[in-house]
Amino acid sequence: MTEFTPLQSFAGGALIGLAAVLLMALHGRIAGLSGILTGILPPAASDWPWRASFLAGAVAAPILLALVWTPDFSSPTPRVWLIPGGLLVGIGIFFGSGCTSGHGVCGNARLSVRSITATLTFMATAGITVYLIRHVFGGF
Amino acid sequence: MERFLSPFLIGLIFGAGIAVSGMINPAKVLNFFDVAGTWDPSLAFVMGGALLVTFIGYRLVLKRPGPIFGGSFQLPTRKEIDRPLVVGSAIFGIGWGVAGFCPGASIPALGLFQPDAYVFVAAMIAGILIARAIRRSLDARRALQV
Repeated sequence: MTEFTPLQSFAGGALIGLAAVLLMALHGRIAGLSGILTGILPPAASDWPWRASFLAGAVAAPILLALVWTPDFSSPTPRVWLIPGGLLVGIGIFFGSGCTSGHGVCGNARLSVRSITATLTFMATAGITVYLIRHVFGGF
Repeated sequence: MERFLSPFLIGLIFGAGIAVSGMINPAKVLNFFDVAGTWDPSLAFVMGGALLVTFIGYRLVLKRPGPIFGGSFQLPTRKEIDRPLVVGSAIFGIGWGVAGFCPGASIPALGLFQPDAYVFVAAMIAGILIARAIRRSLDARRALQV
């Protein structure tokens, strides 16, 4: 069980949106984590410094927050299953040109038909996958 | 400033948003999809907050001639719904449903020093590199046919 946190989740979502707006306003870039990450993998894109700095900031956030607060964390998926899960995510975001941040937040905010299609697709397959794992196969 | 400090600070805001929203916690993400079980609708409120701010913010920002640090707004221009978009997104969703991590949540989760996040991110990077190799060989084959 996890607690339903509407206000806190809305506030966190607003911060994610603020980051997306600032990245566009200052750097002219879409805040899509798949694209930003893919651009630093060798052979890295020539504009890798801003990408690496953004990612470093994202990793640093919970480290700095830990001075005052640590978020709940638990991963129900057995560790060995994170390997096929991660592989599928990596392959999927590459061919699908984006993920929850790039399509789900930035693209949908631009009312992009590609992003709306991508979001409906990955939300549907994620929902079916969780249903099958938990209620058909009785897994994690 | 514009190469390192500014993107670092924006990444910091993004990571804080992922942590505060609860999306850094795979259990919470998976519970969003478990409508038939331990349902936690929080993810919808995260998307609501993020979309509201981005929808309004982009409209104000994209009226300007360009980004403050120079250059131009780099916006995707493709419009067509093609097979890679749909199949790739479907594959991403399956992996997300298995792991409970999406890319944007997994990177800040590295800062919690949880081994699970490191296993996931390593596998995800391997997946991106495999996909890039597949695309390259497909492109090479296509070039030969033409």
